[in-house]
Amino acid sequence: MTNKILVVAAKEFKDGLRNRWVAGITVVLALFAMAISYFGAAASGMVGFTSLSTTIVSLSSLAIFLIPLIALILAYDSIVGEEEQGTLILLLTYPLKRSELLIGKFTGHAAMMALSTLLGFGSAGLLIAFFSAEVDLQELLIAYSMFIVTSILLGWVFIALAYLVSVISSEKSKASGVALIIWFAFVFVFDLLLLGLLVATGGAVGDALFGWLLLLNPTDIFRLINLGSFEATQVQSGLASIADKKMIQPLVLWSALLVWIVVPGFLAVWRFNKRVI
Amino acid sequence: MKAKAAIHFDHVVMRFGKLRAVNGISMDIEPGQVVGLLGHNGAGKTTSIKMILGILKPTTGTVRVFGHDPAADRNMGGLREQLGYLPENLSFYPQLTGRETLQYFARLKGASGQEQKQLLEEVGLMHAADRRVKTYSKGMRQRLGLAQALLNQPKLLILDEPTVGLDPVATRDLYSKIEALKQQGTTVILCSHVLSGIEEYIDRALILSAGKILAQGSINELRQKARLPMTISVRGQIDNQDWLTAKGVTTRKINGSHYELSAAASHKLDLLRALANEKNVEDIEISMPSLESIYTYYNTIDQPTADRSPAVEVNHD
Repeated sequence: MTNKILVVAAKEFKDGLRNRWVAGITVVLALFAMAISYFGAAASGMVGFTSLSTTIVSLSSLAIFLIPLIALILAYDSIVGEEEQGTLILLLTYPLKRSELLIGKFTGHAAMMALSTLLGFGSAGLLIAFFSAEVDLQELLIAYSMFIVTSILLGWVFIALAYLVSVISSEKSKASGVALIIWFAFVFVFDLLLLGLLVATGGAVGDALFGWLLLLNPTDIFRLINLGSFEATQVQSGLASIADKKMIQPLVLWSALLVWIVVPGFLAVWRFNKRVI
Repeated sequence: MKAKAAIHFDHVVMRFGKLRAVNGISMDIEPGQVVGLLGHNGAGKTTSIKMILGILKPTTGTVRVFGHDPAADRNMGGLREQLGYLPENLSFYPQLTGRETLQYFARLKGASGQEQKQLLEEVGLMHAADRRVKTYSKGMRQRLGLAQALLNQPKLLILDEPTVGLDPVATRDLYSKIEALKQQGTTVILCSHVLSGIEEYIDRALILSAGKILAQGSINELRQKARLPMTISVRGQIDNQDWLTAKGVTTRKINGSHYELSAAASHKLDLLRALANEKNVEDIEISMPSLESIYTYYNTIDQPTADRSPAVEVNHD
């Protein structure tokens, strides 16, 4: 990583602290996480911190909702916004490659997202550990760490997608529109279509193929990783429970999540290099 | 072509779809010159500048900056560190202070902290250095833009409409800074459509229209070629006006004691001698055709023949 990338990343990160992005995301995640884990078992007629599996399931649904939305809002204007400020054309005359600028900004945004997720979900985790007496602490630590790490990765996936949107959009307003469509598509539409496919074909798609299709949606990968370890949660884990867990190894899932960061990231760099400014 | 040209364009064409933003420009800019790049919006100024900066790659033709191809050889032999650019419509990062903004750009360019301080002082922003840029006026943003362009003692300085939003004092300071940089050998390109005031600072003007060079040369050369009349204001009485008419001078009486004469610039000394001999003439003031009128002249003669190759070309040397 060059010095220039670090300069850009540090500036982006500092901006995030100053604009209260980091503080805002942290508070939102912490509040929602605490509320969700407290009321998570409401469907079964109880409130309060219940079993670990219920908590993780509820938190995962929350993360799938919030994390992509926050990441897209955070980064959709990263390139197109600089262009509208007049700073992009200026930076391109500096001794700095386009790829260095993009990677630097991405690193700054990724660090912001990681810190906010860690602080927000982390603080909620401490509270859960404190209040739920019957939970095995070691089990909680492992499951919850995995939940935080995958949440961070999920955030990075959508930051990478946001960069791709920012690089191909000619205006900030268009970029925000496309970002919202992406959120809607991955969080709602994709699973609906998959369900439709399953029903229409009378289940003929087959478990194997179905599992692989889930890899096309990073939010489903996230769900599979976090719910995979709990037998008890299958009822509540939606489409993910249909997939054959034995077929899709954790390694495959983690790799797929990384691929979802790297591929849009590379596409963004590629398109940025070709962009006429 | 000159081997050592700071900027060399050889039959450069830049096409965006069907539009030819730059349509066959060839030019050489010598190191250490201050060149005015003049033209209407859409004349091809900004596109030309983007090609010099390596942001755009010409569709056809060759662009060289100190012998390097800026689009292919990004580093340009280390020139990037010493390339100053002030774009049009630069609004910066609203949430950063002036000092932080300059610091960011200085880090990317590898300029020292000492120089940042000195530049803030020089552009007169020291008092506002710790205020956020969103509270800055247009003129203050422009001065901050100049400060970043001047980082690292640029070898090549390109300013796009630098005087927009600057008050007269700041404008004068800017031009004396340009003069000082020129003494150190900096090549300066001034892009502007605010024409009054820049003529005394530029060595050469390049007038662009519809992606072509209409005319280039020093102001004097352009003036001679255009044969625009000079204007002489006379206070007092001109007793004998017959010789004036004989010389083809148009006389206009402003009031009882004021005349305005319009004559070919080549008659300057003749006219002065004769006017000096007039007993009742109290004062004479001469104004040569301004850059503005030269510019208007070249733009109007181009109108009916827009598709022809450069109508008038004055070679600089």
